[in-house]
Formats: sequence, structure tokens, C-alpha cells
Amino acid sequence: MKLTKLENKHRNRVIISVLVFTFIIYNYFVYSIGTENTGPNLSAKALKGQTLWQENNCWTCHQLYGLGGYLGPDLTNITSNPLKGENYIKGFINSGVKSMPKYNFSETEKEELIAFLKAVDQTGYFPSYNADLQPNGWVQLDYKNNDSLKKLPNN
Amino acid sequence: MQTKEQITLNKFSLQFILFALVALIIGNLFGILAGFQYIIPDFLKDLLPFTKIRPFHDSTVISWIILAATGSIYYAISNLEGLTIYSTKLTKLHFYLFLIIGVIIYISIGSGYMGGREYVAFIPILIVPILLGWALFGVNYFKTVLKQVKNWPVYYWMWGTGIVFMIFHLAEAHFWFSPYFRENFVRDLTVQWKSYGSFVGSWNQLVYGLSIYIMAKIKNDDNVGRGKLAFFFYFLGLSNLMFGWAHHTYIIPMQAWIRYAAYGISMTEWIILGYMIYDWRKSLSIEKKESNSLAYKFLIATDFWVFINLLLALLISIPIINFFSHGTHITVAHSMGTTIGINTMILFASLFYIASRIDNTIDIKQTKLIKAFYLFNGSLAVFFGALIAAGLKRSEWMYFSKNVPFGEMKISLANNYFVFLSSGIVMFIGILLLSIPLFKTFLKSYIKTVMST
Repeated sequence: MKLTKLENKHRNRVIISVLVFTFIIYNYFVYSIGTENTGPNLSAKALKGQTLWQENNCWTCHQLYGLGGYLGPDLTNITSNPLKGENYIKGFINSGVKSMPKYNFSETEKEELIAFLKAVDQTGYFPSYNADLQPNGWVQLDYKNNDSLKKLPNN
Repeated sequence: MQTKEQITLNKFSLQFILFALVALIIGNLFGILAGFQYIIPDFLKDLLPFTKIRPFHDSTVISWIILAATGSIYYAISNLEGLTIYSTKLTKLHFYLFLIIGVIIYISIGSGYMGGREYVAFIPILIVPILLGWALFGVNYFKTVLKQVKNWPVYYWMWGTGIVFMIFHLAEAHFWFSPYFRENFVRDLTVQWKSYGSFVGSWNQLVYGLSIYIMAKIKNDDNVGRGKLAFFFYFLGLSNLMFGWAHHTYIIPMQAWIRYAAYGISMTEWIILGYMIYDWRKSLSIEKKESNSLAYKFLIATDFWVFINLLLALLISIPIINFFSHGTHITVAHSMGTTIGINTMILFASLFYIASRIDNTIDIKQTKLIKAFYLFNGSLAVFFGALIAAGLKRSEWMYFSKNVPFGEMKISLANNYFVFLSSGIVMFIGILLLSIPLFKTFLKSYIKTVMST
């Protein structure tokens, strides 16, 4: 009986150790080659725009890649949308709408915010209208700008 | 006869629980105010815009889960298990640190001086004392149980795992401090949502550990937490915490193998679902002596909500379904369903179990409490359904009605939002009716404990 308890104790420790070891290796790959950028890295100007995005809690209402709040629309590809684009964004920020407050961004700040949204736009599509929906339940995403990813058979 | 250390720990456990109940009520109130802004966009817009209400709501309801779980664990190990806590000073420090952080978070959100991200909107530097608070909890917990408990039952493993992984994933949510993550938007967004999925998994370890602990106590059967099956599900849950987070990030253009891994791991949860159905059928014919306990009633309700939410989580982990559900209110139903239907249900079970040990009149014979229980669960079902329906409509708009403007789609969701808000208000009433008697019981016990020291 004592041996069984000892075995159980060791078994639990071995399983935990294997899981933690796999987790460390897995994280290493997630933090590196698993998430290579599909667009250019954020410039200093775009990083300032991202700070504005965070400081003004734009994420409470808007989404990027469908992640964020649902009170406003997704903005992943707003800068490349032929019906919207830079002037449309500047206009919205200046005037606000019913549920969106008016912001007092300077011209420089507006440019920084747009630089951030442009950088996001260059990384991919959301919604991904040209994705390939396969009969086995898998989805082959439509990638932007990254030839190495496009070549992978199951991306 | 309790030792001085146990009495002090009781006092702080009760303080954690009392603040948790206050957070539950205030957090729900913010949720209702946010719901009003979906229907009346100008509502309180100047005083409390959505950009403040949502962080208030998120931070406060997360505090409810964390404080209630922490208070219950402290109470269980000291008062119910009779262990001597390693250091009451560390518990005091843990409590006052979290209290001060809570006040600063409210000042940060109220003044609009934030700068964080979704779910962690406060001034980012606050993550340092938050991690310190968790580390204090961890040191106190491990030093206490490692010394005094041999052959740990599964809930001790789960509580320990929850604390350690909470520290790692809360830190991971702030990896964006480093330019290596921040400059690469794909990496930054993926890691941000990886951490969110996993820190929810981490507090689930604390909360699910409590549910197994209460089951073992109610059934008076120590094997509940020691069997091979309990450990099998623990390891399965831990694997999902570590590798099964990616259903929130399928659509981000990361490498496909991350999606493959997440998809494969998530599907192992079908085993849990299958076992639940088997176990439920098996237990149908068994008369339950424990059915008089309110804690037991909440655990039964949890079973139902676990079933519903697991089914939804499994479905949205299938890439082709995820493709259409991502970015819609179905994701909100998933998060609300798990935090209210599972976490809150288990925490109510835990608090009613502890309360019944303090005052045995808190039981199923109180018809007001039973009515509140059904009001809470019934309104949650309507709330959940309204979100699923809104999500389906939004998905239809996203993929099949490309020329309909966003504003028009939002107007078409007005009825869903109305049902969502109304059921939210009814749910709030249910929560109030359940929380107030609990609060009174814990407050009386707290005053008694303070007077005895």
C-alpha cells in the first residue's frame, strides 16, 4: 500500500515535470518562429499610435482581428478600405458619434494613430473573406505579404 | 479551540470574502450600466463613458472571482482543515496589498489615467505589486501545505498550480513592455490573448479545486479528491491551460502548427463532456442525502453550466466554426457563460458551504434563497441565449451581408440587446438576494472574530 502511494506521488511529479518541460519548449517556439511578423515591424510613430490606442481605451469598443469590444466596428483593415481610409478616420476622431466620445487629438497624434492602424492592416485580413474553408473543418487563411507563410500547405 | 494564528487567519479570510461580495455587486452594477449604453448610446456618456465603464466592470468582476477564491482557500486550509498557516503576517500583507491595489485601480480608471489593455486596463506598472501579492499568497500556501499535508489530494495540487500559473500568465500579459514583443504586432497580439486564455485557466484551477473540495466535504468522502480519475481530469485541465488557449487567436496570421496544437488539445475536452453525461446518467437513480444543502444545489447547477459551456467551447475550437463565431457575441457568451455559469456558481457553492458552517439556518429551507437561486439561473439562461442569438446575427452580417453598414446591423440587434439587458437586470436582483444574506452572515462572524481577539 505504501509503495502504491509512493508510486502515485512519483507518477504525479513525473507527469507535471513532463508537462512543464513541454510547456517551456512550446512557449519558446510560440514566442519566436510561431509568431513571425506578417507585416513590417511597428515604427516609432506606430508605437506612439499604439500607446494612444491603449491610453484612450479604444479596445473597449473596437476590435483588431475580432478581439476587443463590440460596441464599435472592427478596425483591422480600415486604412486599406477604399470607402474609408485616413480622412474618414480623422473625421470620426474629430467629431465622435452617438456612443463614441469626441477626442482632442493633435494632428501629430492622429497621424500616429493612423500609422499604428496601417501597420496592423499590413499584417493580414479580418474578416478573411478569401480563406479556404475545407470539408474536414480546417480553415486555410488568406495571408498578406508573407511568401514563406503562403507556401506552407496548411496555412 | 482555535489558536491565535487560526483566529487571525479567519479574520483575514472573512475580509477577503466580504470584499469579494461587495465586488460582485458593484461589478454587476457596472455591467448593467454598460448594457444601457448598448441601447441608449448617450446614456451617462459624459459622466461615465463606455471607455471607463467597461474597465470598471471587468476589473471588479475579476476581483470578485480572485478574492472569493482566495478567501475560501485561506478559510478551508486553516478553519476547515485545521492547518497552521505558515505566516499570518504574509496573509495580512497579501490582503492590504490587494486592497491598496484595488483603490489605485479605481482611481486610475475613474481619472482616465490608464494605459493598459483589455482586462488589465489599469496603469501597467501596477502589475508589479499585483505579482508580489500573488507571490506572497504562493509562499504562504506552499510553506503551509508542504509541511503539514502528505499525499496531497487533487485540490491541493490545483490550488498550487493555479497560484503558480497565475503569476506566470499575469506577467506574460505584460510581455509587451519588451520591444521584442511589442514591435511585432502578430506576436504581441497572439501572446496577449494566449495569456488571457491561460490566466482564466489558472483561476479556474483555484475555483475548480474548490468545487472538488466541497464535493468531498459534502459527501464526507476523501476519495473524491484522491482517485485516479480526479487526477486524470486535473492533468487534462492543466494540459488545456498550457496548450489549449489558441481558439481566441485562430484568425491571427500566426503559424498553423499553433492552431493544430490548440485544436488537438481542445478536442480532448470531449472526454470530460462524455464523462459528465455518463456520470449524470449513472447518478440519476441515486437518492442524495446532500440535496438539502444550498452548496450542493449550486454544484448541481454548475454541472449544467459546465456542460453547456464546454459544448460551446468545443464547438468554437473547431476552426470552421471558429471562423464564423470569432469577433461576434458568441465569444462574449463563452466568457460570460464560464465566469458566471461556472466560476460564480462554484464560488456561491463555496461561500454557502462556509456560511452553513457558521450559521446552520442558511440552508435550502429558506425559500427566498431558493427563489433567488432559480431567478439567477433562469435569467442567466436568457442572457446567454440573447448573446448567442446576437452573435449569429453579427456573423451573418460579417460574412453574408457585406453592403449593410455597421450602424444598421447594430440597430437590427436592438431586440437582442434589450433581452440581454433585461435578463442582466433580473440576474443582478438574483445575485443581490443571494449575496446580502451571505454578506450579513460573514459580517456577523467577522465582528465576532474581531471581538474575540
